[in-house]
Amino acid sequence: MAAVQLKPEQEVAMATLTIDGHSVTVPEGTTVLEAAKKVGITIPTLCHHPDLPPQGICRLCVVEVEGSFLLQTACTYPVKDGMKVRTNSPLVRESRRTTVELMLARGDHNCPTCPRNQNCELQTVAESLGIREIPFQVLRHPRPKDMSSASIVRDPEKCILCRRCVAVCQEVQGVGILFPVGRGFATEITTPLDRNLSEVACVNCGQCVLVCPVGAIYEKDDTNRVWEALADPSKVVIVQTAPAVRVSIGEELGLPPGSITTGKLVSALREMGFDKVFDTDFTADLTIIEEGHELLQRMKTGGTLPMLTSCSPGWIKFIEHYYPELLDHVSTCKSPQQMFGALAKTYYAQKAGIDPKDIYSVSVMPCTAKKFECTREEMCGESGPDVDVVLTTRELGRMIRQMGLDFANLPESDYDDPFGISTGAGVIFGATGGVMEAALRTVYEVVTGKTLPSIDFHPVRGLEAIKEADVDLDGVKVKVAVAHGLSNAKVLLEQIKRGESDYHFIEIMCCPGGCIGGGGQPIPTTMETRAKRIRATYEADRSLPLRKSHENPAIKKLYSEFLKEPLGEKSHELLHTTYRRRPLFQQRI
Amino acid sequence: MNACSTAPTLSTETDKQIDRVIEEYKDEPSPLLEILNEVQHIFGYLSDDMLIAISEKLSIPTSQVYGVATFYSLLSTRPKGKHIIRVCESAPCHVMGSESVLRAVKDELGIDLGETTPDGLFTLESTSCLGICSVGPAMMVNDRVFGNLTREKVRLILRRYAKDKEASVS
Repeated sequence: MAAVQLKPEQEVAMATLTIDGHSVTVPEGTTVLEAAKKVGITIPTLCHHPDLPPQGICRLCVVEVEGSFLLQTACTYPVKDGMKVRTNSPLVRESRRTTVELMLARGDHNCPTCPRNQNCELQTVAESLGIREIPFQVLRHPRPKDMSSASIVRDPEKCILCRRCVAVCQEVQGVGILFPVGRGFATEITTPLDRNLSEVACVNCGQCVLVCPVGAIYEKDDTNRVWEALADPSKVVIVQTAPAVRVSIGEELGLPPGSITTGKLVSALREMGFDKVFDTDFTADLTIIEEGHELLQRMKTGGTLPMLTSCSPGWIKFIEHYYPELLDHVSTCKSPQQMFGALAKTYYAQKAGIDPKDIYSVSVMPCTAKKFECTREEMCGESGPDVDVVLTTRELGRMIRQMGLDFANLPESDYDDPFGISTGAGVIFGATGGVMEAALRTVYEVVTGKTLPSIDFHPVRGLEAIKEADVDLDGVKVKVAVAHGLSNAKVLLEQIKRGESDYHFIEIMCCPGGCIGGGGQPIPTTMETRAKRIRATYEADRSLPLRKSHENPAIKKLYSEFLKEPLGEKSHELLHTTYRRRPLFQQRI
Repeated sequence: MNACSTAPTLSTETDKQIDRVIEEYKDEPSPLLEILNEVQHIFGYLSDDMLIAISEKLSIPTSQVYGVATFYSLLSTRPKGKHIIRVCESAPCHVMGSESVLRAVKDELGIDLGETTPDGLFTLESTSCLGICSVGPAMMVNDRVFGNLTREKVRLILRRYAKDKEASVS
């Protein structure tokens, strides 16, 4: 989302202005910030984010506008014809410096111990302004970190009150769990009634983490738990990697956004000491088989429709809190991560002759909500949790940096058997529309018995808010829709509630862009980087010999050796789950 | 959105009173502040359960309702004493000795700013200008304004309120 959105057919008046002596012509209504970019001038910002509405709160982007008595915020100030702007006058520099000095004088900004050290917007701005001392008395606001959530940590002492997290939580996700509280120096961004994050209806999506300019909100770091397991000789430590991690771990380690690094990722994990390196794509394929059959069964037997996908744990927690009356619509399939976890400690343990209690199951996910998902009691088998620990892409990046591995120059290697074979359908789970497309590739061929004329379902791809398509399955029309980001999901849910939804199948992913834009992904994640990761995802799909889940030979083997049939008894025991109504506030005892 | 109800532990009577307030103000351009103000007027403060109930009834996120309730100093999310003392902290009163007035209140009641006496009788707060600068230093007790204060006057006023536990100081 750019600050200026213009309909192409509209006649737009243009304005010519000068910025630091450079003349520039832009459509009227463009902000000074955007216009300055056109002449190569980057005005520093903190509360501004390219994907969020401009706020004008932090006052860092102030500029002098000729004829205006006060300094103006460039991120909100619209250009006018003939305007003269100065972005680098002594007054502007002094004002910006004081703003940053005041931010540094409030709270705890100790860079070396901060999770955002070397990737912090406040640090960058302080450096570029040449701030070497803080002329004000530093006032701490002693507040404990909120460590209550399985997914996200909040550190109010590092917060600079930019309110980006407030905007993303309310506007993009429609959750509205974060809001400014109090006034003046005592202002804080906190949860409703100032409760712990684990006690309120936070869905753990981590979009707040992605937009936070500093280290005030971040993922719960589980890297030490994994190092400990790797160092324990009595444990067989296995790892699975999500579809979206292969197109983002390179970016986390300094490669350009959209780099596909599947083989290097596998090599890095082996170097770290994992006994087996498996691919979540395998159980993504399995999800398609189970979910596809569930859809067909619901259509045949008059089950609840539309059926909603269930791979995205942030989305699941959202519907449990906010639309529990629609839970019957959600597919009973576990997410690929949890299907993998359940099979690892049963099928794999049996096959490899390992006591399931000795298996330590790690997963690498683009997602903070997955950390919560693996702690759900439904996700525990006889030998403890199916997935022991979840690392985000960022945490894995941190571990690889600790190892001192030269990631870019690692050799490529392949995943281990039996959970290493996967298809392009599994890969595209990482992008919005991908689960739908993967399902359609399989459902079409299962129903019609014919080979798809074209495997690519373009109408469900891309970053449009809500996408829809009609598919003809040999006379049976299937109507599908896809939404990403919970505000968009809400539109489809409200339709269902009003009884106006005529879809059969709806894919919902919690995060904008799907998992490639998840809360565990490299920072910054913007619409621009999301688009690049999506492009890489479809490229990875195209490069694979197998692109349909039901053609995966390892899946066929899994059914013949162990599961017997889709939706069978074993499947129900291991691969399907239940959901529950969750209150907006947890009762305090 | 019709969210999963959290069934706050409000009494039916309290719930009905909140409904009546909402009914009265729901067509105002920004009803939330009016409603919070009126509910506080009835119950003395805004409890967590009241805020949750207001949020559900208005379909406004609780975080936002809580944010508004904590922004305005005349709204309170904690129970307050029977009598609320607000000592003016603005410049004209400061010049006339409001600091000594504040100290007198603290000494007399044994509490600090923002605190309530253990017997629940008094809460001490500061306030910005009361608009009676000509008779500073000034303070308010509940809805009444007192000016030209000295330490001795403060003691007398507070003792009168303390004696009359029914709060009908005339």
